[in-house]
Amino acid sequence: MYLKGENISFGYKKDNLILKDVDIALESGEVLGLMGDSGSGKSTLCKILSGYVPNYQGTISIDGKKISSKGYNPVQLIFQHPEKAVNPKWKMKDILNEGYLVPQTILDSFGIKKSWLNRWPNELSGGELQRFALARALSPKTKFLIADEITTMVDAITQAQIWDIVLDIVEKLNIGVLVVSHDKTLINKLCYDVISLADINKV
Amino acid sequence: MGEKTEIYSGIRQKTEALLKIKDMSLSFIQYTSGLRQTELKVISGLSMEAHKGEILAVVGSSGSGKSLLAHAILGILPSNAKLEGKMEYCACTLTQEKKEELRGKELALIPQSTTYLDPLMRISDQVIGSVEEENEGLRKKLQRKIFRKYDLKPEVERMFPHELSGGMTRRVLVSTAVISSAKLIIADEPTPGLDDKTLKETLSYFRDMANNGCAVILITHDIEAALKISDKIAIFYAGTILEVANVEDFKNDGEYLRHPYTRALWNALPQNKFQAIKGHQPMQDEVTDGCIFYERCSKKSEFCSKGFPNLKRVNGGLVRCNNVS
Repeated sequence: MYLKGENISFGYKKDNLILKDVDIALESGEVLGLMGDSGSGKSTLCKILSGYVPNYQGTISIDGKKISSKGYNPVQLIFQHPEKAVNPKWKMKDILNEGYLVPQTILDSFGIKKSWLNRWPNELSGGELQRFALARALSPKTKFLIADEITTMVDAITQAQIWDIVLDIVEKLNIGVLVVSHDKTLINKLCYDVISLADINKV
Repeated sequence: MGEKTEIYSGIRQKTEALLKIKDMSLSFIQYTSGLRQTELKVISGLSMEAHKGEILAVVGSSGSGKSLLAHAILGILPSNAKLEGKMEYCACTLTQEKKEELRGKELALIPQSTTYLDPLMRISDQVIGSVEEENEGLRKKLQRKIFRKYDLKPEVERMFPHELSGGMTRRVLVSTAVISSAKLIIADEPTPGLDDKTLKETLSYFRDMANNGCAVILITHDIEAALKISDKIAIFYAGTILEVANVEDFKNDGEYLRHPYTRALWNALPQNKFQAIKGHQPMQDEVTDGCIFYERCSKKSEFCSKGFPNLKRVNGGLVRCNNVS
């Protein structure tokens, strides 16, 4: 299975494009790194690939088919700040099971404890929230994962823990992952292949 | 000669300590149900020193309470906070009144993010702050000089915060600290999300400040960034400092490091072993009797489950662990 973005152009202002004719392809089971300076449009590209930005130019497709804007999106985005990606007025168990009923095996592999499920988001640290964000996104319907700086805000041990689990699960489920990071050593450790946004962006 | 002088005498001591904290604890009073109150302990038994001309990095994971340490030093904690322990600045006790008098003048905070800037105020006004009219010209000149130094163009002065990029915002925040001629600078997570070039630049500003005689406390979760510029690294875990190490101790497999947690942190870096240890940092309401790291420790003994180990001096650093000597 291939996730393809072809001739993607986008600008927040009409006369100021930040992405121009970007081509990117991600295969099932592949772990691909994406690097770029701050402000170069990495996060914007991630949002476009996962359907958060509707008014771009170009096509996003999985095996040649356009992704429907209705129903479950097989391309799931994980954000840098998990505390901004959860509803502060919901308990963790509701946040976790919003998309699908997360099986115990996934909770166990992420080390999510039972007692956490009854907490409010502000009672958990960033690393713990990020585990929830990942667990709820890894449903059987997810085919591609876009990881936008997902461990930038956590300490080194938590970072190693999180990637350990994610790589294990995506291998089992044959999910393709786009790893976006500033950290060259991290990307080299995780990915088979690395692309630089500056090389594919024709702005 | 007290115990304190003895403990600290082994650490490299080029200069006198500007800020000394001894046995600080911080807790929050919370209402559980009705009028019932509980006390949630977030920092306990914390001792540290900041020296002139040095950068002390306080490294810890998110949720360990390290930002609260900064807020405690500046006296900007919420009203339900209870602060205990001794804090000295320039050999004077640092009381709440003293903090209020000194902050913005001798104590400065470089906050975490862009949201700390007033979105409706022009940049130059925020950097200059409130000054009397006769001094305004002088401050304006100073501000221009600082902006030139940090490569901020004159048009930035008239801009609003949303018009700045991440790196520019960082430089503006640094300028606010520099213009105040502060002696003690606390930078709270100044690095995340910066690319390599901007990161190096930001870190060099802190080195500059220290070289000009300031004491800098760099609060961060990014141990790599801390190692690039700091003199000493304090490892913060679950509300206390487990180890104070010199930067040179971080090499090879971490055999010079004193605490098992520090070693695990070092070995978890992608450029080292990228190896994770199991478990989580205990939450504030999970009270432990023994060592705070007991659950996850690879070297624990029966003895460690009872009583929290004291801070002791080992090889020119400080450590809280029973199994080091």
